[in-house]
Amino acid sequence: MKVNDKKSMKPGSFPYIWSRIRRNPGAMFGLIFVISLFILSVISPYICKYDYAEIVMKDRFALPSSEHLLGCDEVGRDILSRILYGAKYTLSIGILSTIFSCVIGVILGAVAGYFGGKVDTLIMRILDIFQAFPNILLAIAISAVLGKGFDKVIYAIGISSVPNYARMMRANILTVRNSEFIEAASSINCSTFRIITHHVIPNAISPLIVQVAMGIASAALAASSLSFLGFGVQAPTPEWGAMLASARGYVRDYPHMVIIPGLFIMVTVLSFNLVGDAIRDALDPKLRD
Amino acid sequence: MALLEIEHLKKYFPSPRGTVHAVDDVSFSIKKGETMGLVGESGCGKSTLGRTIIHLLESTDGKITFEGEDVTHLNKKGLRSLRENMQIIFQDPYSSLNPRLTLHDTIMEPLKLSGRFTDEEVEAETTRLMDLVGVEKRFRMSYPHELDGGRRQRVGIARAIALNPKFIVCDEPVSALDVSIQAQILNLLMDLQEEYELTYLFVTHDLSVVRHISNNISVMYLGQMVETGPTDELFRNPLHPYTKALLSAIPTVDIHNRTYRSNQRAFLCLLQS
Repeated sequence: MKVNDKKSMKPGSFPYIWSRIRRNPGAMFGLIFVISLFILSVISPYICKYDYAEIVMKDRFALPSSEHLLGCDEVGRDILSRILYGAKYTLSIGILSTIFSCVIGVILGAVAGYFGGKVDTLIMRILDIFQAFPNILLAIAISAVLGKGFDKVIYAIGISSVPNYARMMRANILTVRNSEFIEAASSINCSTFRIITHHVIPNAISPLIVQVAMGIASAALAASSLSFLGFGVQAPTPEWGAMLASARGYVRDYPHMVIIPGLFIMVTVLSFNLVGDAIRDALDPKLRD
Repeated sequence: MALLEIEHLKKYFPSPRGTVHAVDDVSFSIKKGETMGLVGESGCGKSTLGRTIIHLLESTDGKITFEGEDVTHLNKKGLRSLRENMQIIFQDPYSSLNPRLTLHDTIMEPLKLSGRFTDEEVEAETTRLMDLVGVEKRFRMSYPHELDGGRRQRVGIARAIALNPKFIVCDEPVSALDVSIQAQILNLLMDLQEEYELTYLFVTHDLSVVRHISNNISVMYLGQMVETGPTDELFRNPLHPYTKALLSAIPTVDIHNRTYRSNQRAFLCLLQS
């Protein structure tokens, strides 16, 4: 049996989770990648040789070289500048819309799962209506109503993925709710609010963390799709998905135009997944080493 | 005077195939400081009865009197104070503790929620309780899954007695434990009873356990109470045929008794069919 030697590191506290993540090489890679991408994108106007919207016709379709590290696109814009500048949009749309849908989804799912009965039916049937539409169609409809712009994209994508989180939370809550420790909690005068926040949600949340990591990735993709369809971030703002979409006509002759944004999307998605996995492991006391 | 009096208590559950009479017109009373053993086969309504008494389930009909007061229907405030006086110890120490709380936090919670203690008092009281139930201090920051069943059950007991309740429903507290641990937990429960004048409703299907700990025994069958009496008398002279069958099912080493036992077992099967 392990004797507790790290008194300051209460399991579940931030320093504890951090110390667990630090020992996980995959998660550290993901974290460093995402953070450095974000920093680079913020300082990109100062470090990049070319402006992201600068058109140089003689450099059309330029391959990666010392002049243009990642080459140029079909109108001669530097791809590296565009990738770094666009990272800001891709990352923040992904993160903010996931937070938005996660918070609302968790609350709705927890209420539906814990109370059951009519409340459950009402909430879940409304969410069923949302789910009856394909996600991207719903996002298009919402952004058509809200209008164009960065914040509207976040709401549009956020609202359309609320049902996923609510559904998952509800299912987790249903399995936790019937445990005896919930009964024990109400027998020691726990209020319903405290039971949900202290006993039910902490035991039901961990599958959600991986879902959130995946969600950030798919939200970033959804943002790209919206941009491509003309509802999202407007040109010439370099959004990764939009770059990918506009380059797809040249994939046979100039594959670097597709491969580079695609690679960035892939590595970013992978990074979020690795970090999500590590957080889940760190939060689970059963996997304590 | 009886600490707890149950009169014509009923608990029905609606089900697609009609109403389930889990507890059907049960009446009994328990004196202060005594233990009532509640025996019966699985699914006869023992646990439901215990949970209905401490208001984890709402009763369908009947009357519950605690310390001379009618506590059948309570508002929020009444329920709060009732729960400081009535507690429950659960059967399965694996699912009755929140896997994400340390032992310290689990034991501390009722003290904190009562709002009667300052932070230092809560700490001191938690340490005292751990000591009282015999959980070593070094396990303070451990999680339930790091402990064996016996220690977990001790934590469950500590949580139940934290606010000095007068009455505790023990819902098969030892049936998930192995025999050597069972004896330790039973002794702990009996020591606590002596020290704090606790009153127990001891739900079990294990007759040898109930004989050890109870002053009175009630036998439940299909939601109804078929027989009640002092432990010795009930063991010596069971009146209801179901009680007789139940008693004959206790494992014995008496080889001459075999015929009688097999007859009784046939009766038990007949009852169930």
